[in-house]
Amino acid sequence: MHELSLCEGIIKVIEDQAVAQNFTKVETVWLEIGEFAGVELDALRFGFDAVIKGTVAEQAKLEIITTEGSAWCMPCGETVKVSSRFDACPQCGSHQLQITGGDELRIKELEVND
Amino acid sequence: MCTVCGCGTASVEGHGHQHSHAHDHTHDHGHHHHHHGHDHDHDHIETDEKGDIHFGKGLGATHVPGMDQKRIVEIEQNILGENDRYAMANRSYFAERDMFVLNLVSSPGSGKTTLLTRSITDCKDRFSMAVIEGDQQTSNDAERIRETGVKATQVNTGKGCHLDAHMVGHALEHLEPEEGSVLFIENVGNLVCPAAFDLGEAHKVAILSVTEGEDKPIKYPDMFHAAEIMILNKVDLLPYLNFDVEKCIDYARQVNPKIKVMQLSATSGEGLEEWFGWIAEGLEAAKVKKPA
Repeated sequence: MHELSLCEGIIKVIEDQAVAQNFTKVETVWLEIGEFAGVELDALRFGFDAVIKGTVAEQAKLEIITTEGSAWCMPCGETVKVSSRFDACPQCGSHQLQITGGDELRIKELEVND
Repeated sequence: MCTVCGCGTASVEGHGHQHSHAHDHTHDHGHHHHHHGHDHDHDHIETDEKGDIHFGKGLGATHVPGMDQKRIVEIEQNILGENDRYAMANRSYFAERDMFVLNLVSSPGSGKTTLLTRSITDCKDRFSMAVIEGDQQTSNDAERIRETGVKATQVNTGKGCHLDAHMVGHALEHLEPEEGSVLFIENVGNLVCPAAFDLGEAHKVAILSVTEGEDKPIKYPDMFHAAEIMILNKVDLLPYLNFDVEKCIDYARQVNPKIKVMQLSATSGEGLEEWFGWIAEGLEAAKVKKPA
């Protein structure tokens, strides 16, 4: 359940931004979560609903953009698509892969009201 | 900011991720293009199959120029950014004091605390050490460590499933570890959540005992991916078990081709010298390497 800690992190960023960018209400929160970010989306949504109470994001809708995993295959010398950390290269079968995408755990943007 | 639909002009380009719709068709109306650059549904503008753009699909279902108070604020911040800032602070604290810091992660019952007490007892004369103990409840582990004469601070996370960098920062204030010492941070027994939280350590050390399943590296890939080293503990029990060591190492290398593997037993003592040697090397390197 580290998703709850992540949600607290999200709210912290939003509250800081509310002061910095001068808004009082958040309508929508867009997150970008990679396949390998270790996040259970249902748990994240559940946690989000719990932490927004009494904050500027109390009414906010949560939108999650999931990003696919990709890796650099050393033998092939190119980027390949992978769906888990222990996938072999779909082209050559090697495990000499360096994950290059799918680690994202970001707040992308907010739709806000002044 | 675009006053037509409230889309932030700052989010037009350079997102660096794939987007499925870019609104890049040509049209000769007097308004500008809306390059949103996301692949989620923006419900205030829609493009239909013919490529026509529909405004007024937003919450208000209306579109009055200049009347829309909504706007998009681009954030682009890492959700763990706050933790990472604390981790950076811890890391510079460690660097200033020439410390070598290890974050020990494992399932409950893998023998982390036993390995720790054994390491402390055996290495007392080689280098100075300190311990931060993370558990949900009780100070039992910190007390076990203090019995060896080494400084230990217990951090109880309460409901939490992992230590975060902020907790470690607080623990350091109490612990006041010596300069040039080895600091062991024993994380909460959990192979999932601690993977995501940088504490400022030099390395994560994943401990797996041979009484567990050999496929744990692929069951919990995030952790074994994040770890620098995998310790196979309790190898003295191998004759009584069906644990396939080679297979386990293969699994670990699948998720992390660079992972270093050590086989040892904290009880019988076999393989411990390699572990102690690796710590000693790390500590020497920490003393030489100064922060840029």
